[in-house]
Amino acid sequence: MSETRRVYMDYSATTPVKKEVLDQMIPYFTENFGNPSSLYTIGLEAKAAVEKARAQVAHLIGAMPSEVYFDGGGSESDNWVLESVADQLKNKGKHIITTQIEHHAILHTGEYLEKHGFEVTYLPVDHEGFVSPADLEKAIRPDTILVSIMFVNNEIGTVEPIKELAAVAHKHGILFHTDAVQALGNVPIDVKDLDVDFMSFSSHKIYGPKGEGGLFMKHGVKITSFIHGGAQENGKRAGTENLAGIVGFGAAAELAEKNLEQHRKHCSELRDYLMDRILKEIPDCVANGPTDHSKRHPGNANITFKRIEGESILLLLDSMGIAVSTGSACSSKSLDPSHVLTAIGVDPETIHGSIRFTVGDFTTKEDVDYVVDCMKKVAERLREITML
Amino acid sequence: MGLYNDTVMDHFMHPRNIGEIPDADGTGIYGSPACGDMMQVQIKVDENDVITDCKFKTFGCGSAIASSSMATTMVIGQKVEDALKITNKSIVDRLGGLPNVKLHCSVLAEDALKHAIYDYAQKHGKHYAELDGFDPNDHGTAPDEVTHL
Repeated sequence: MSETRRVYMDYSATTPVKKEVLDQMIPYFTENFGNPSSLYTIGLEAKAAVEKARAQVAHLIGAMPSEVYFDGGGSESDNWVLESVADQLKNKGKHIITTQIEHHAILHTGEYLEKHGFEVTYLPVDHEGFVSPADLEKAIRPDTILVSIMFVNNEIGTVEPIKELAAVAHKHGILFHTDAVQALGNVPIDVKDLDVDFMSFSSHKIYGPKGEGGLFMKHGVKITSFIHGGAQENGKRAGTENLAGIVGFGAAAELAEKNLEQHRKHCSELRDYLMDRILKEIPDCVANGPTDHSKRHPGNANITFKRIEGESILLLLDSMGIAVSTGSACSSKSLDPSHVLTAIGVDPETIHGSIRFTVGDFTTKEDVDYVVDCMKKVAERLREITML
Repeated sequence: MGLYNDTVMDHFMHPRNIGEIPDADGTGIYGSPACGDMMQVQIKVDENDVITDCKFKTFGCGSAIASSSMATTMVIGQKVEDALKITNKSIVDRLGGLPNVKLHCSVLAEDALKHAIYDYAQKHGKHYAELDGFDPNDHGTAPDEVTHL
């Protein structure tokens, strides 16, 4: 078991920066290093680069450039929306609705707000991770001020019916936010058609650099700054811009738009091939998440290997050069098993053996074959050790 | 760069004494699948009360498997009363340490071993002072019960 091949199969955790993206970023570290707030030429050039990137990101989601605000990433965007809306509308109401399967950037911000006098409803999901618009309708109260529901789930890939959910919120005059970190570049997004008020996204999930993200804020919807200071980002997000990061995010967004269909096809074919082979060739496996793959993140596969534990699987695959992630408690710092798999009704015993594989643009069929072959050996070996 | 040190990885990658003893003198089980780790230990004891063989099977994470393996190596050749002195802490020490977050519920061997020795004592009419107060019904089904460090 001393293979040297390296296969990265955790594209939902992060992605490598594409060369054509990096190439566009480099000059903004060195010769084009101006502060976009400065009024001389290299400052104005930097400002123009930021605005170009804003237009690129806006175009990917069908927004106006002036509706896109750059910040430090998806988690900041999520914190920003929840905390600022809560603060601004607290006299109108103190009730927020979200779901049980959100990213921790939403769940932990919700818990923080609960400590500060707000009430948060965490909507359940069905066994494939879908939120029901009818459940949302029932949860709405006269004091509800915000609904926040993720676009695509990061663990099981469920694509939520955002358009329907936003319509329910708006019927009651309630603001609607979606965390689209896993959706961006993976599913077509048109904010006008979806009619959402806020959307969070991140650069490093779409082959851009880490530490850069953004928030879409619909025209006419105004929330206060989260980071106070200078007048950057139209006075909404202070701090000197992460110039090269923004340029990289813009370049990655343009590339993602151009490649969207090809990317979806490439990923979903490899993902389907991976799932087919594993489920056929390895005994005692169960797939988690949507069975209708048109409603699933194109690169996501989530599979439970019964009677063995996820961290052991992860470690053995790592020793063979393969990177994946697991919902097992033993891999998390909190020792809690995956809240997403818990929410879709997977029993705790089975959650411990769940592995998430996400393929991406650089994954090849040979990679998938190697991963399946290794996974077979790993499952066999751990099943010799297990007492279950 | 690894999650665990070389000793832990060695015992995880090449676990010692995996398996079952068909004619075991004592069998112990500890942990629960719901908590993510569960261990079975079996021992063979000779007429001088020396543990001559010890085998394990473990469902669990890397540190659960590594600590199970290490525990079996510490037990073989020991007198039963000395084996009862083995603690989760002494196992972790022999492994050269585990990440803090792993100490909580991934080291099962002390308890599984006590169950195996209790089983042996019951079957062979033996008494060990170290087992006084031992609860044979506690199989550590809740994570909090497994903290002995």
